[in-house]
Amino acid sequence: MKRLLINKIVLALSTISAIIGLSFLAWILITLFIKGLSSFHFSLFVTDLINNGLRNLIIGQFILAGFASIIGIPLGMIAGIYIREYGRGRYANLIRNLSDIMMSAPSIVIGAFVYAIIVVPTGHTSGFAGSIALAIMMIPIVISTTDSMLSLVPKELREAGIALGASKYRVILDIVIKAAKVGIMTGILLAFARIVGETAPLLFTSQTSNYFSLDMTHAFPSLSVSIYDLASDVQTSSRDLAWAASFILTAMVLIINLTGKFITRNKK
Amino acid sequence: MEKLFQKISFSSATLVFIILLGIFITLFNTALPAINEFGLHFIVNPAWNKEVPITTPQAKSVKKVSDDSEVVNPDDYSDDDGMIMQDEDDTPTKTIYGGLVPLVGTILSTLIALLFAMPIAMGIAIFLAEIAPKNISSFVGGAIELLAAIPSIIFGMWGLYYFAPIVANLFGGFQVSLLTAGLVLGVMILPFMAAITRDSMNTTPDILKESAYALGATKFEVIKDVIFPYSKVGIIGSIILSLGRALGETMAVAFLIGSVFELPHKITDPTISIPVALANNFGEASGLGMSSLFYLALILFVMSFAVISFAKFFFLRKAN
Repeated sequence: MKRLLINKIVLALSTISAIIGLSFLAWILITLFIKGLSSFHFSLFVTDLINNGLRNLIIGQFILAGFASIIGIPLGMIAGIYIREYGRGRYANLIRNLSDIMMSAPSIVIGAFVYAIIVVPTGHTSGFAGSIALAIMMIPIVISTTDSMLSLVPKELREAGIALGASKYRVILDIVIKAAKVGIMTGILLAFARIVGETAPLLFTSQTSNYFSLDMTHAFPSLSVSIYDLASDVQTSSRDLAWAASFILTAMVLIINLTGKFITRNKK
Repeated sequence: MEKLFQKISFSSATLVFIILLGIFITLFNTALPAINEFGLHFIVNPAWNKEVPITTPQAKSVKKVSDDSEVVNPDDYSDDDGMIMQDEDDTPTKTIYGGLVPLVGTILSTLIALLFAMPIAMGIAIFLAEIAPKNISSFVGGAIELLAAIPSIIFGMWGLYYFAPIVANLFGGFQVSLLTAGLVLGVMILPFMAAITRDSMNTTPDILKESAYALGATKFEVIKDVIFPYSKVGIIGSIILSLGRALGETMAVAFLIGSVFELPHKITDPTISIPVALANNFGEASGLGMSSLFYLALILFVMSFAVISFAKFFFLRKAN
C-alpha cells in the first residue's frame, strides 16, 4: 500500500512540475499579449523610434541578423561538412567539441570580444560589429545542425555517387547536402530565430539608433537593445512602447521558430 | 577543385578554433593592465570604483546622462556645459577595482537558479518520458521548448514587472534582488535542463524497464531504481551544462539583480553579476575600469569554458 501511495505522490508531483512549466510559458505569453496589444498600433510599423515608432528598429534587427546569417551560415555549413565528411579522428572531434563549447559561451563575452577587435580600432560602434558578434553566435549552431543532419544521410548514397565516378566534393554538394536539405534548413531557421532575439552581443557593438539607417558602418538601430533602453526608462510611455516592441520581437522569434519545427514535423 | 574545397572546409572548421583562441587572447590582452595592477587579488577584493559613479557619458541615452549629471554634481562649478564630468575635485586618488562582488553575485544567482530549476526540470522530464501519453508528451515538450525560444530580454521585463513583485511580497525585501534574479534565471534554464534530462532518460532500454515492471515494481520504483541509475551520468551532465548556460546569462539578470556593487547580506539584497557588470558599465568605463571589465569577462569566459567542457568530457561523452 505504501509503495503505491509513494508512487501516486511522485507521479502527481511530476505532473504538477509540468503544469508549473506550462504556466510560466502561459504567464509570459499572456502578459506580453495583454501589455503588448494595449500599446500596439499599426503606426508603429511606419514611424521610427524618434517619432515613437518601431519601423527603423524592426528593419535594423532583421538586417543585423540577416547580415550575420550571410557570414555565419556558409562558414558554419562548410565547417560542419568538414567535421562530418572530411575530418577524421581527433582533429574533427576536437573542433566538434570546441564548437559545442562555443555554442554555450556567454553572449556578453562575445560582445566584449567584438568590441575589442572591431569597435576599439574603428573608434565607434557599427552595424557590422553587431552582425559579426551575432555571426560568431550563429556559426556553432549551424555547425552542429549540419553535422547531425549529414550523419543521418545513409552511407549508400555516398557510395553510389562515388561509384558513378563523381569526385568527393561533388558527391557532398550534389547528393549528401541535397538529401539533408530540409533538416539543415530547419536548423538554420532555428539558429536565425535564436540570434534575431539576442540583446547582449549587440549592446556595445551595434548599440541602437533612434533614426532609420541602412549604413552599417555606424551605430545601427536594434529592436532588442532599444527594448532594454526603453524598459528601464522612467517614462510610462517609453515602457509601453517597450512592451509593444517586446510583443513584436517575441512574435517574430516564435513564428520563425514554429515554422522551423513545423517543417520538420511535416517531413517526418 | 576537390583540393580547394577540402582546403576551404578545413579552414572554416579551424576558424572555430581560431575564434575561441582569439576570444581568450583578446580578453587577456585587454585585461592585462588590470591583471598587472591587481593580480589575483582582484578576485577577493570587494571594492569597485567607489567614488566615480559616472565618468564620460557615451553609451547610455544622452538625455538620461545629462539629467543624472545635474543631480550628481549640483555644486560642480567648473563644468557648465554638462558634457564632461570628472569627480576629481579632491586630492587625486587611485581608483581600485575588485571582482569579488560580481563573482559572488554570479555564483549565488546561478546556484539559486539551479536549486529552483532542478526539481521542476526533473519532474517535467519524468512527466515527458514516463507518464504522459505520446501525443500529450510531444505537445507539452514542444511548449516547454517554446519557453526556451523566448528572448532573454523578455524574461527580464516580465520578471521585473510581474514576477518580482510577487516574490518580494512572499519573501520580503527588494523587488530587485539576488533571489528574484536567481528565480527568473531558473525559469530560463528550466526548458533546457528538462529537455536534456528527458533525452538521457529516454536512452534507457525498454527491456530493462519492462523487466522491472514484470517483477511488480511501481512506476516510481522503475524510475528510481532503473532509469535514474542508467541515465545518471547524462542527468548530471545536463545539470552542469545548464549551470554553464546560467553563468553567462545577461539580459534577464540585468533587469532583476539590482546592479549595485555590494555584497549581499541576505538573499533578498540586490547585488550584481559579471555579465550585468559588463552590460551596464561598458559604455561609461575607460582606462583601468575598462580593463577591469575585461578581466571580469575573462574570468566569466574561463569559468563557463571550464564548466561546459567538464560537463562534456566527463558526463556527456557521446560516441559519434
